[in-house]
Amino acid sequence: MDNQNTLINEVTDRDYRFGFVTDIETDSIPKGLSEEVVRIISAKKDEPEFMLEFRLKAYRKWLTMKMPDWAQLKIPEIDYQDIIYYAAPRQQAKYESLDEVDPELLSTFAKLGIPLEEQKMLAGVAVDAVMDSVSVKTTFKENLAELGIIFCSFSEAVKHHPDLVQKYLGMVVPPNDNFYAALNCAVFSDGSFVYIPKGVRCPMELSTYFRINAKNTGQFERTLIIADNDSYVSYLEGCTAPMRDENQLHAAVVEIIALDRAEVKYSTVQNWYPGNKEGIGGIYNFVTKRGLCKGESSKIYWNQVETGSAITWKYPSCILAGDNSVAEFNSVALTNNYQQADTGTKMIHLGKNTKSTIVSKGISAGHSSNSYRGLVRVAAKAENARNYSQCDSLLLGEHCGAHTFPYIEVGNQNSIVEHEATTSKIGEDQIFYCNQRGISTQDAIGMIVNGYAREVINKLPMEFAVEAQKLLQISLEGSVG
Amino acid sequence: MLIIKDLHANVEGKEILRGINLTINAGEVHAIMGPNGSGKSTLANVLAGNTNYEVTKGEVTFFGKNLLEMSADVRAKEGLFLSFQYPVEIPGVSMINFLKTAVNESRKYHQLKELSAGDFLKVMREKKEMVQIDSQLTNRSVNEGFSGGEKKKNEIFQMAMLEPKLAILDETDSGLDIDALRIVANGVNLLKRPENATIVVTHYQRLLDYIVPDFVHVLYKGQIVKSAGKELVLELEEKGYDWIKKELGE
Ligand SMILES: Nc1ncnc2c1ncn2[C@@H]1O[C@H](COP(=O)(O)OP(=O)(O)OP(=O)(O)O)[C@@H](O)[C@H]1O
Ligand SMILES: [Mg+2]
Repeated sequence: MDNQNTLINEVTDRDYRFGFVTDIETDSIPKGLSEEVVRIISAKKDEPEFMLEFRLKAYRKWLTMKMPDWAQLKIPEIDYQDIIYYAAPRQQAKYESLDEVDPELLSTFAKLGIPLEEQKMLAGVAVDAVMDSVSVKTTFKENLAELGIIFCSFSEAVKHHPDLVQKYLGMVVPPNDNFYAALNCAVFSDGSFVYIPKGVRCPMELSTYFRINAKNTGQFERTLIIADNDSYVSYLEGCTAPMRDENQLHAAVVEIIALDRAEVKYSTVQNWYPGNKEGIGGIYNFVTKRGLCKGESSKIYWNQVETGSAITWKYPSCILAGDNSVAEFNSVALTNNYQQADTGTKMIHLGKNTKSTIVSKGISAGHSSNSYRGLVRVAAKAENARNYSQCDSLLLGEHCGAHTFPYIEVGNQNSIVEHEATTSKIGEDQIFYCNQRGISTQDAIGMIVNGYAREVINKLPMEFAVEAQKLLQISLEGSVG
Repeated sequence: MLIIKDLHANVEGKEILRGINLTINAGEVHAIMGPNGSGKSTLANVLAGNTNYEVTKGEVTFFGKNLLEMSADVRAKEGLFLSFQYPVEIPGVSMINFLKTAVNESRKYHQLKELSAGDFLKVMREKKEMVQIDSQLTNRSVNEGFSGGEKKKNEIFQMAMLEPKLAILDETDSGLDIDALRIVANGVNLLKRPENATIVVTHYQRLLDYIVPDFVHVLYKGQIVKSAGKELVLELEEKGYDWIKKELGE
């Protein structure tokens, strides 16, 4: 037994391959948060009055709130006056050529199969103005515009579509929702905005990758997606490539609104810096993501594969307000070394005949801690609501922990809520079986973990799924030859 | 190709193999029989490199190389195959992905070009026919929900795909119905080459009627206590193991 454990420890005991330290060149304001700072942010962005009001209200609310302490997380004290709340997107590349970039990082890019030009962009190398993706971007934007689809940065939306922003901003995640959401509302820098008009099926996956200024949107990102009646969109957040980022605290907010019969699929693959092997450094990812099935028969799907960040506090949720609306949460969360994740979802059933499904697959290795926290609430008037939840935990090695906290509140007699949970250890006999067919232990673990996560990975759009698989493998990679 | 000298091995601190000596040459079929718990599967696992078993003494060479120094996956790539007595299930991992990885890892090890998806599927179709495995099974996850007999057939199918130099079949016959037994045995025979060898672990004569052994060994309490030609099978079938125990003075 001990042999196997040593092996698993070796495999999971790896260094983060993507992190490195650099100087940052920024146009920033001094550290600290005050009403003055909120005003400066709004002024720098040249925002209309309603935005400033929104921010100030949120800031005042935030002053009265406390960091949530109910999660299964050990969060070191955060000094909110020691953070810079506004930094203009960095214009300057940090390197002249790829030769200057950490070879480990480049090898990871290669493993993920990222094209050279894109590697440069991600690593912060100066990129030629004429880049393939620029023309891609242009044709892409033209196609979308013809259909009336709006897909732009949040700042652009505030400028060009203030009515839509004013109508929907804060509808799903109001400024007083929670500590981090309030902070985000007060100081958010930028993010993405999507509007799909009535009856339009967005013909391609919308990805932050295609948006100009997608990089460096900062630690307080804001995303707002509105799907009008009978529309459809699939949105991909981020990039499976290792995001380089010096910011420690991330507090993003994502809001989705699906109107009558609209369908929104939101997929995330998150691979931020998780800290080193000893648990030093890494991103704190405190995100509020929520969808509102506002219209009847609307559908919202959250699909996520999370392998990064030192601490994750994240519960992509749905409010099923419209009758016959449908929501899904499909998640794989992998933690290694000293990573901590407290993640899950909330499904709030308000409409009649609403249906939600939760599939959560936790994978813990090293000394990490991985918790699922889920709330299923069925309101009294939500007749014939259905929920099915399945929460599985997979443990690699002896020193990690997995916890499941399901909360179920059913307010009527004719709704059905089902919950299943399993915990398993990665089988030594499975690894040996693979070994016996000529597959190395490292590859075997990657294969078994991917098999375990298959159900969720299959929900991701094709290219994303392939990268997510590689990512799960790389995240568990270690010194075994 | 395989020379085992005075092999001792422990499981959880308990000595199970207590001095095994065995030499296997290319082209030979060896049967290993013996009462339950005598150490047959242990021997198979030790040879395959299962780290739950600790070798405490002895030597094993495989084509002149020290087998005990190799990790399990290297042994497999060197051409050693174990058909498991109890094949494990790997949920969510498709047979195709699993076998393609296995075949290509081995090809890489031998500095051969990896098979393309098309070529791989072609080989797979041929081998499926050879061992007459149900088409549906290879579309599923590795052994997941397979019946006992289907798992055994699947082992032989994998053997056909990997073309090992030395195959160890650990009770591949148990759980097979009469037709399946014939099909599996037939598959094993079709895969036989003058340069390959097979070790068949079994309790029953019926498998050895199809796969005819050149040598039969009786393993008892972690030692090979008797070796003879195929006629020994009949004798064992008739008299059981008691007479051997008696010969040993027990
Ligand atoms: N992992 C293990 N842990 C503890 N004991 C074990 C383990 N594996 C084998 N043993 C013990 O070693 C002895 C030999 O077992 P082995 O499986 O090699 O027997 P076998 O000859 O294959 O028997 P059978 O004919 O029943 O398959 C038995 O007493 C068994 O209980
Ligand atoms: Mg056995």
